[in-house]
Amino acid sequence: MSTVVDKTGFVPDLWQDSPLHTYEELGDASALLLTADMDPELIGPHLEQLSLIVIPFGSSTDGRGFSLARTLREMGFSGHLRARGHILVDQARAAYRCGFDDIEIEDPQAARNPEAQWRSVSQRFDYRNDLLAG
Amino acid sequence: MESKLIMYEYTDFDEAFLRDRITEFRSQIARRLDGSLTEEEFKPLRLMNGLYLQLHAYMLRVAIPYGTLNSRQMRQLAEIAERFDKGYGHFTTRQNIQFNWPKLSDVPDILTALADVGMHAIQTSGNCIRNVTADHFAGAAADEVEDPRITAEIIRQWSTDHPEFTYLPRKFKVAVTASDTDRAVIRFHDIGLRLRRQDGEIGYEVVIGGGLGRTPMIGKVVREFLPKRDLLAYLEAILRTYNLSGRRDNKFKARIKILVHETGLEDLRTRIEANFVQQKRLLPDLDPVKLAQIEAGFRPPAFADKPVTRTLSPAMRAFADINTAPHKRADHVIVTVSTKAVGSTPGDVTSAQMRVLADIALRYSHDELRISHEQNVVLPHVHRADLPAVYDALRDAGLATANVGLVSDIIACPGMDYCALATARSIPVAQDIARAFADIDAQRDIGPLKIKISGCINACGHHHVGHIGILGLEKSGVESYQITLGGDGTEAAEIGSRAGPGFAHDEIVPAIERLIVAYLDHRLDRSETFLETYRRLGAAPMKAALYGGAHDKAA
Repeated sequence: MSTVVDKTGFVPDLWQDSPLHTYEELGDASALLLTADMDPELIGPHLEQLSLIVIPFGSSTDGRGFSLARTLREMGFSGHLRARGHILVDQARAAYRCGFDDIEIEDPQAARNPEAQWRSVSQRFDYRNDLLAG
Repeated sequence: MESKLIMYEYTDFDEAFLRDRITEFRSQIARRLDGSLTEEEFKPLRLMNGLYLQLHAYMLRVAIPYGTLNSRQMRQLAEIAERFDKGYGHFTTRQNIQFNWPKLSDVPDILTALADVGMHAIQTSGNCIRNVTADHFAGAAADEVEDPRITAEIIRQWSTDHPEFTYLPRKFKVAVTASDTDRAVIRFHDIGLRLRRQDGEIGYEVVIGGGLGRTPMIGKVVREFLPKRDLLAYLEAILRTYNLSGRRDNKFKARIKILVHETGLEDLRTRIEANFVQQKRLLPDLDPVKLAQIEAGFRPPAFADKPVTRTLSPAMRAFADINTAPHKRADHVIVTVSTKAVGSTPGDVTSAQMRVLADIALRYSHDELRISHEQNVVLPHVHRADLPAVYDALRDAGLATANVGLVSDIIACPGMDYCALATARSIPVAQDIARAFADIDAQRDIGPLKIKISGCINACGHHHVGHIGILGLEKSGVESYQITLGGDGTEAAEIGSRAGPGFAHDEIVPAIERLIVAYLDHRLDRSETFLETYRRLGAAPMKAALYGGAHDKAA
């Protein structure tokens, strides 16, 4: 079982009834599982039909998901974007800033990293944004 | 009189960020100790905060952005070395300082002491964009287009805690220069930037994919001219491409140099440029207020106009000839303070010496110090009239060794004396070479010569770009030292070629001596440097000196 966390803490999974499809078997479905080795450009023609994209993180040191999330947002994806897998508390800030709405972790990790740790992630400083105009 | 301090000062934002970050790291250490972080999870977090596990103890690597320090910061480093370490610090080839003996429990307090003077250890290790380096003569060199630290500071701010580029395939190093004479080794960085002027406009030549390590490669020009305002959009395009496409299956093939090598420059450039077009459209310009604030931090100090009356004593003149470089003002010089006195460890400076350097900088160099990638300390703005006073103060502290750029001004990694990865000792080899050439007149006769020593194939001592490079390996339980010849880290970038079989620990110094004798025999005259003689004649006479007749058999 898994636990969903966002900026407010542990939250109910509102997407548990949306079955995920891989790119190959997407058809006209609205929920996509986008693996880290996929070229996000392929998703371009399907963005309109998608309301949920889940990007799995195989390991906390594999940062490809952050680039994929930002790419999708830059391409105009405005649906729900979820990071799933081994994401550290300390990576939550980066995940939200790259465009993820929430993070889905395994229950054993949720037990090791209780809600308070996720809620105390500092969101105060953002060098990159601070440097840019507007 | 003292001029008003002009140097980029950390803002309230920087200050608050650092405090926040220390609180976060304290909590990470606590979570590691209570088990909610595994060692595997903790490792990238402690690395991101500069904390390594070394052979004997933890090592804390402190960032010195673009190698620039003021006297207050240098004094604080002296204080930290005394309170939390063994009374000295080690300046590195990446313009950082390392403390080799801190206790884990002291680390948050050390970080607090650093934050008190606007310093930190963030992103000095880990697979992120590392502390940015720049020409150590920035702001003082006569030949620069503009101060490269403006660009380096923009990159520092942009890359700090970057949400997208903090879990890259591998570490990522950026260097900036603004001169045709490259003192920042930009062709051996993941990204090298050279400020240049084209049709009256200032922009960048962008080089990618350079690096040393196991697979040394000279960086390639991916963009001849990038307008200044497009800098961050272009950097994001390069990093995005690398983050998504760099290899993650093998850490020895994960640097961007391998991606460039395996993909080919043309193909990679097409991908980078395509992404750049998008980034340019999406990314806002730099906030003009922020930019002005950064630029103001690097305005030249108020140089004094005063006559130069005192003549120099012979010892002072020798020091001035070797250890000073031309300043953009004719009545000033750039003084390089060598950390390579005979018998010392390259880059090591004691707390007492740090305080002397801080005092001299405050009085005679507009409160500025630089750390060079050659592990020396630079006083960038010394008035010629003050040179005798500076020399006397340095000499009294044992810091007036007149060997900058000469045979005993050696770069060496920590080697097997400190490093868990090393396969051979490097510091003792550097010390023995310095001892063999202790006579400063003989050194001056030999002339400019860069010897660089690494204690393993990771090449932290930059041996690939030494005119003479020494690589210490372990062969069936004993140290074996390979010699490379003809390396060059400047704009005429070359990777040194291996001369032949390695030498045992007790053979390496005599071998270097034979090489230098061969150079002296073969040079046209005193004006021809070792590197020039090597380039003119090739490796043959050098190999003959190293191996004599035995070489034919061995090779």
